[in-house]
Amino acid sequence: MPAQVITITSGKGGVGKTTAVANLAVALASDGARVVCVDGDIGLRNLDVILGLENRIVYDIVDVIEGRCRLKQAMIKDKRLPNLHLIPAAQTRDKNAVSASDMNRLVKDLRSECEFVLIDSPAGIERGFKNAIAPADRVLVVTNPEVSAVRDADRVIGILEAEGKGPGSLIINRLNPALVRRQEMLSADDVLDLLAIELIGIVPEDEGVLIGSNRGAPVALDPKSKAGQAFRNIAARLKGQDVPFLDLDTSSSLWERIQKLAGRR
Amino acid sequence: MSFLDKLFGKKNSADSAKERLQLVLIHDRTDLTPAELESLRDDLIATISRHVEIDVTAMQFGMEHDGRSQRLVADIPIKSAARRRASSRKTKAR
Repeated sequence: MPAQVITITSGKGGVGKTTAVANLAVALASDGARVVCVDGDIGLRNLDVILGLENRIVYDIVDVIEGRCRLKQAMIKDKRLPNLHLIPAAQTRDKNAVSASDMNRLVKDLRSECEFVLIDSPAGIERGFKNAIAPADRVLVVTNPEVSAVRDADRVIGILEAEGKGPGSLIINRLNPALVRRQEMLSADDVLDLLAIELIGIVPEDEGVLIGSNRGAPVALDPKSKAGQAFRNIAARLKGQDVPFLDLDTSSSLWERIQKLAGRR
Repeated sequence: MSFLDKLFGKKNSADSAKERLQLVLIHDRTDLTPAELESLRDDLIATISRHVEIDVTAMQFGMEHDGRSQRLVADIPIKSAARRRASSRKTKAR
């Protein structure tokens, strides 16, 4: 199987890009795929802590690009999942240390090493973002059901179309089903209606995500977590499997469900 | 969303969010501000009026979206020929 290069981006910061990369990587790797994650956020590296690999960094992406180490030396192996590797971002370098052609060259070499390359894009629509999407075969746009995140996602989708990277596929992250039921949060259908691109996953708000990040253990490792299940489903869809979307309505009370069945809402 | 809010016709916040986003996204995608759209509308009225008399009060003008592509939609009722003739006679008489 030829490697798939997937960039995860969002426009707005803080919507869960890094969380999505970490969880998709863990989900794909626990299912047997060889995965390399690349942290594209030069100067603001975070994927290492979310994956719990921060203490094992020796070399980073800029060291590879500037020839101070070989590619394999910068690939940190995850001890939990031996087929998962991370290439960390440089923390001390300025963000101009990497160009789009550097990224293309690096990713070209990675294609022979694995089945999935996941690139964590920085927030914004500047150089770091352009570098991150340059080598992508496919782009996933993460948004939250919230006005500023949806607006920024729309800008990013417009740029992706202009750059010939397709409209991308959408991950709606941190959806709160109870708030949606009270009509105080945009529903997944509302967001899809506005952005008009293909949906690849809906991830419910889940305190397990924060707890997982505290521990450096992404929630996709927890078989009981609902958000973890949502990320595992997205991973399966990336592998081409047809997985139905989670029913996020089960947390409602019996009475609310009866009302719904009776067509009162 | 409380019962009282509903009773007094207060819109729930998800609907406001969606409506506001619909407008904002149109302007973001087309790079047209509401003021520019307004001036486009006025130009359109002036141009068409040079050829045919239109009913400006019943005119519909706005942006619609079909997936990710934007469409400028104008529905411009033309005054009937009989009424036009009647009004042009009046103009001549004046």
